[in-house]
Amino acid sequence: MGQAGRTTRAGNGIAGRLPVALAGALFAVFAALIPQIAEGHILMLALDWVPALGISLSLRIDGLSLTFALLISGIGTLVLLYSNSYLAGHPHYPRFALFLTAFLLSMLGLVLADDLIVLFVFWELTTVTSYLLIGFSHENATSRRAALQALFVTGAGGLAFLAGLILLGAAAGTFEISAILARGEAIRGHALYLPILGLILAGAFTKSAQVPFHFWLPNAMAAPTPVSAFLHSATMVKAGIYLLARLHPALSGTGTWLWALTIAGAATAVFASVMALRQTDLKLALAYTTLMALGTLTLFLGQSSAYALTAFVTFLIVHSLYKAALFLVVGCVDHATGTREAEVLGGLGRAMPVTALAAAVAAMSMAGFPPFLGFIGKELKYAGALAVASEPALVAGAVLLANALMLAVAGVVAFRPFWRPAAGALPRTPHEAPWPMLAGPVVLAALGAVFGLAPGLLQGALVDPVVEGFLGTEAEAKQLALWAGVNLPLILSLATFVLGLALYAAHRPLRAALIRLDAATPGMDAGWDGFIDALRALAAWQTGLLQSGVLRRYLFITFATVLLGLGGTIVARGVWAAPEGLAGVSWKQAALVALILAGAALAVITRSRIAAVAGLGVTGIGVALVFIVFGAPDVAITQLLVETLVVVLVAVAMLRLPRLGPRRRRPADAALAIGVGAAVSATLLAVLLAPLDRRVTAFFEATSWPEAHGRNIVNVILVDFRALDTFGEIAVVLIAALSAYALLRGTAGRGEK
Amino acid sequence: MEALLALTVGALVAAAIYLMLARSLLRFLFGLVLISNAANLLIFTAGRLTGGAPPLIAEGAEVPAGAVANALPQALILTAIVIGFGLFAFALVLVLRAHAALGTLDSDEMRVAEPRKRAAP
Repeated sequence: MGQAGRTTRAGNGIAGRLPVALAGALFAVFAALIPQIAEGHILMLALDWVPALGISLSLRIDGLSLTFALLISGIGTLVLLYSNSYLAGHPHYPRFALFLTAFLLSMLGLVLADDLIVLFVFWELTTVTSYLLIGFSHENATSRRAALQALFVTGAGGLAFLAGLILLGAAAGTFEISAILARGEAIRGHALYLPILGLILAGAFTKSAQVPFHFWLPNAMAAPTPVSAFLHSATMVKAGIYLLARLHPALSGTGTWLWALTIAGAATAVFASVMALRQTDLKLALAYTTLMALGTLTLFLGQSSAYALTAFVTFLIVHSLYKAALFLVVGCVDHATGTREAEVLGGLGRAMPVTALAAAVAAMSMAGFPPFLGFIGKELKYAGALAVASEPALVAGAVLLANALMLAVAGVVAFRPFWRPAAGALPRTPHEAPWPMLAGPVVLAALGAVFGLAPGLLQGALVDPVVEGFLGTEAEAKQLALWAGVNLPLILSLATFVLGLALYAAHRPLRAALIRLDAATPGMDAGWDGFIDALRALAAWQTGLLQSGVLRRYLFITFATVLLGLGGTIVARGVWAAPEGLAGVSWKQAALVALILAGAALAVITRSRIAAVAGLGVTGIGVALVFIVFGAPDVAITQLLVETLVVVLVAVAMLRLPRLGPRRRRPADAALAIGVGAAVSATLLAVLLAPLDRRVTAFFEATSWPEAHGRNIVNVILVDFRALDTFGEIAVVLIAALSAYALLRGTAGRGEK
Repeated sequence: MEALLALTVGALVAAAIYLMLARSLLRFLFGLVLISNAANLLIFTAGRLTGGAPPLIAEGAEVPAGAVANALPQALILTAIVIGFGLFAFALVLVLRAHAALGTLDSDEMRVAEPRKRAAP
């Protein structure tokens, strides 16, 4: 009743509203910091966390972190507001809101951290929360697979990243990011520079889905649409980009950095924009355009010129604005019609005018038409690409192709569903989305237009501080402007429009060809299943090998490990000690040892249970005699008592147990037993060589009477100095007695049945 | 004498392990008794041997007169003996119970929890 009564208007109560308020408040806080940062200040906040390891919970807010923090908290607010309607009345909404808020906070921690280890902790937290969010529809096998895939790929990258961070910290002599940035020269010249770079790039490329690690991102679209809008376009996938940008001053400027980022970025951008055109699902098409954007951002971070870096930060903001808006639009369409198929959707402009308008504005920005911010971004991209010292034509060509394809995809996603005539029956009759779902697309799309018309707002507040952070205060960011005169970037822009419109016109036959091509080529995604199957088979094989379910084998492996550990240490350390002083042994002592060994030998070889118990008794009494001879009367008394009890207990138990079976020849067991015995002897002989540290004993001897008023030092240790240990010992015996009693009662009960 | 005891400890450990690796749980128990004896002897020997001088303080004295046996390993062994006995008693009852329930003392035949036929993954 209650569930059915809750419509989209009802929302999700406090669980729906509280996260929105939290994210909004955070955004307000960060927005209030803009003036300070714009003046070039860097705000720091430090709390000791693990002082022993030199790790402190320090935060740093500069232009770059503030840009990310504003995007995260701002888009986060809109997405949370949106989700509250999108998933209204969902039985698990509180869980969803919790995951999403946890993600938002982790992401903020990641971009604000000023310590590599703290950064890594937040990095992993975003991976975990992303896993939970992708797998939110956990009853769906596709979601689970996608979630696991994202976790594996980014988690594996995260491990490499951790190794890279530790090496970086070692090379720089500190984990503090501010200090590392100041030591770029020393790090680039360090012998470990290449391993550091390789490992960190592995982390960044997996997180930001660069080719060939891209395949998890389209699959991650199994998540609810607000999640895709937030994590997989505007924020989390940009964590890798953030990392590259953050460490840019420390690591960039070498040939390896330049080529690794340029090649990965260009390959990702072109590959992804071609794949984007192939998709018919609007959300998947957007996912691939996100890949394209990530590739472009990586490409620009490879450079160190002011043009490229201005292009980087501008495009970062542009992309977050329009891509989040478009994802939310697709969510509205899906919500209203029940489908995201490009070939089915049509004629929605009349039913959903506000959505259509927001989509059109965001798409214009994405396609790079003036007067939107996307146009400025695109102009800067061309300027940045042409400023690439080594291969301007190649880079500009890649960017041109990617941009043209982007324009075509923008048309497919944001224009065609609304303005072409209705193609056929939709699963649901379309209706306009409620206002909380419209707020996101409208605000984000409007921002793209506002910043496009007044780029100065963005320039002073965010772009300049970020570029200063990259290049130092003397460098200047390139001016953001709609009209920069007739120059090569403008000509390239015009070429983009022509090529892009042509591609849009021809996109259906192109898509058909791409689908055929895609089906013919094996992808990483197919390899993934094979990889997981192989991993499972390996796990089953090694479990079968180690977990045989046979007690003897477990013991064998345990003792073999002991032998390897002890023997390995002895061999590695070379601590051989010949037994000394054997000549000085009296015949009485020799007889004592002979008694002990004879008892043990009897226990091993006999088939008679009584004889074996007698042998054990003989050994035990021999050991007790050793204690008596060498000044341990208390120990000897206890030993004698316990030996007697053991013999009695075994004798009683034997009344209810069968006879011993025949002895089998077990040469492997014998070899292992002798090996461990020899290793123990050798260890003890080596120990005997080292001088004995008697400080603890001396303390007990000196204080036993004056402080504890006892003349028997052993007793004083047990009941006074180490009384808690003795208490524990009594507890152990008591528990053993209780368990034994319970087991015996159980036997009796069964016997009576 | 320390060196001789070191060799003895090794021999006891070898005998104990050989017994513990047997299929019969009764032999396993015998091995358990032997290995705890071996361990106690090892601790005792590592603390060095002092003949005939127990760690006692004479009436009227503040500290022991002259060199006495090392008290620390003795205290450790006293605890170890008792705990070892507790372990042994519990293991013995467990074996009794297992025999009552399964009708065998052969650990290879005890496969209720992990049956021999494993379903293919």
